Amino acid sequence: MKKLLLLSAVLFAAPPALARTIVVDAKADAREAIQTALIEAQPGDVVELPVGTFALDEGLSLDVDGVTVKGAGPDRTILSFKGQTGAGEGLLVTSDRVLLTGFAVEDSKGDGIKSKGADKITFHDLRVEWTGGPKPTNGAYGVYPVSSSNILVDKVTVRGASDAGIYVGQSSNIIVRNSLAEYNVAGIEIENSTNADVHDNVTTHNTGAILIFDLPDLPVMGGHSTRIFRNKIVANDTPNFAPKGNIVASVPMGTGVMVMANRSVHVFDNDFADNATAHVMVVAYPQAINDASYNPLPREVFVGANRFGKGGWDPGFPGGKELAAAAGGALPPVVWDGAESWTIKGEVKGEPVKLGFAGGKLMSFGMPQAPTDPTKAKPALIDVPTTPVSFPPEVRLPADQPGVS
Amino acid sequence: MRSALLALASLTLVAAQPAPVALDALLAETPAPTLAAYRLFTDAKATQPNSRVTPYTLNTPLFSDYALKHRYVFVPPGKTIGYRASGVLDFPVGTALVKTFAYPADLRVKGSPERFLETRLLIRKADGWAAYPYVWNADGSAAVLKKAGARLDAGWIHSDGTPRNVRWSVPNVNQCKGCHASGEAITPIGPKAWNLGATQLASWTRLGLMAAATGVPKVPAWDDASAPVAIRARAYIDVNCAHCHTAKGPASNSGLYLEWDQPDRVAQGLGKRPVAAGRASAGLDFAIAPGHPDASILVHRMESTEPGIMMPELGRTLMHAEGVALVRAYVAGLTP
Repeated sequence: MKKLLLLSAVLFAAPPALARTIVVDAKADAREAIQTALIEAQPGDVVELPVGTFALDEGLSLDVDGVTVKGAGPDRTILSFKGQTGAGEGLLVTSDRVLLTGFAVEDSKGDGIKSKGADKITFHDLRVEWTGGPKPTNGAYGVYPVSSSNILVDKVTVRGASDAGIYVGQSSNIIVRNSLAEYNVAGIEIENSTNADVHDNVTTHNTGAILIFDLPDLPVMGGHSTRIFRNKIVANDTPNFAPKGNIVASVPMGTGVMVMANRSVHVFDNDFADNATAHVMVVAYPQAINDASYNPLPREVFVGANRFGKGGWDPGFPGGKELAAAAGGALPPVVWDGAESWTIKGEVKGEPVKLGFAGGKLMSFGMPQAPTDPTKAKPALIDVPTTPVSFPPEVRLPADQPGVS
Repeated sequence: MRSALLALASLTLVAAQPAPVALDALLAETPAPTLAAYRLFTDAKATQPNSRVTPYTLNTPLFSDYALKHRYVFVPPGKTIGYRASGVLDFPVGTALVKTFAYPADLRVKGSPERFLETRLLIRKADGWAAYPYVWNADGSAAVLKKAGARLDAGWIHSDGTPRNVRWSVPNVNQCKGCHASGEAITPIGPKAWNLGATQLASWTRLGLMAAATGVPKVPAWDDASAPVAIRARAYIDVNCAHCHTAKGPASNSGLYLEWDQPDRVAQGLGKRPVAAGRASAGLDFAIAPGHPDASILVHRMESTEPGIMMPELGRTLMHAEGVALVRAYVAGLTP
């Protein structure tokens, strides 16, 4: 009996959390109503955004674990930040196990939806858009998880980002799938991150479709292990509108996949067509470096069987026309700058980059040392192994990742 | 009779003695709906600090659209602040840091009547710090909790004699964390030994708030024209930027770390390329281009008042002309 009493006492002390649905009043002041709901939500709660277009003059933020923010659909629940006067992004999430689904963020002054330091974050059935089309004054990133882990981006549409539509930075265990990125500078970018699967996306009318980068002078470097498969990477034909100074400003129009300074990247089973610069470019970091812990070379990049349509007929980088002419009118599907060494503090360092291509031959621009200058290229078709030296693992998200049934 | 008189006198004394700070309210799980409930002040207008509520100042304050700030620290009876030469001092559970933002009618006139906008509380609870904004009503007679923040229209006569106006933004409790986050936890920003200064800390010791402070770093106030520009500018940048731009701060991913004593030149921004600046880079290549303030993204973002470009992201809508001038002079004096 005593035991039973104790047990019931414990039950009373910690009742199971009852998930509530907090419905935001569509008629109230939007900023106050939505932000209050995001602050007062408890773990397990659903914050329901009603149908309508809501004008926000200030960024929103969520810092409660285990919350779902759910709208009526990305074309029915619209958060418009056209009149935004404060904060750096539309919506910021800094908590864990959050599901964002069924709404749109439009015209935020900075980034669209950002997560920082979030674990198990799911972006599902969302739209982030700058409605005035591609402009350098648009925000940098559309969907922007950074310093986060276990990230799912699923059924998301991003248009008009002046840097990258879907950008994952300094994060690990990432899936980006079933999404549409168009009219951005970069469609999808995975940067300084590890273990990513990018699949079944459509990337079109960007400047560059899918970028896998690693950059120096950052707290998380040494990005590796990304698989890019079953994507449509076609007609990336928007002139680069990134503000100068940003690394993506150097991406030439008509780039399909670009791998820069990243390790163990596999590209297979994709449809490539109508990318004027090149379908797949593998390059070293293009600037001088002074970070001794940074490796500017791409390594262990393998391009498997893909379907390659027209491409490479008008490479948009200095010296590109000459290279295309040298290749008989168009660059082949896979090109590499040729760098296998770099200088750091006056010392030359280097290592074999171990590239592979199921097609057997790729074009090297013959520039052995990073940073390279493509106007001094000595192009040649070279033989490379037709099998990879490394296998990035399939990304598996945890069983309790929100929004995964 | 005599004893009766004495008793009466002591009763009167008791009645005259205001009730102490409401420690239970400070430590309660949910914040009080009104500022008055904490009894941090003995008057409704929050100008008379209660016993153990000590005013303090910072040598170099965060710029907040030229608003005046009244700061107080409360430490519970029987407790003391632990001294630390670097980082925020070690405040005991029950500490309250109180900051009231106000505009005087005329910034040129000392003692000009002030309008209080909001009072922010940082309370050291048993499981860490919590931040709450209390917004003052129009006649300054009461301040109430506004978790979702607020917008207030305010105006004053500026130091140059011109009228100025701002749309004052009271942060919501998440935005409080936007500046006060360190990793997962909330932390104060201002009360560090170097920014409080040895003289003020010595007075805290005399008041019994803290054991003796030794080895307090000597960092001049940002506007002390007798001190070298570089150290003043680094102190100014620290206070205005380093709450986010530090290895555990909200801008950790930038790799731009702006503490006044940050030893790494690239982390300080010298020759550092932007990462996620987007259009805020304004076509410039480096956070700080030594010798060239006009080519420095950091200066550009301090001069902007446009969301998405301006830095800090929160807490100002105006450019701080005097702060920008200091940072420009610092960058101009740097050699590559």
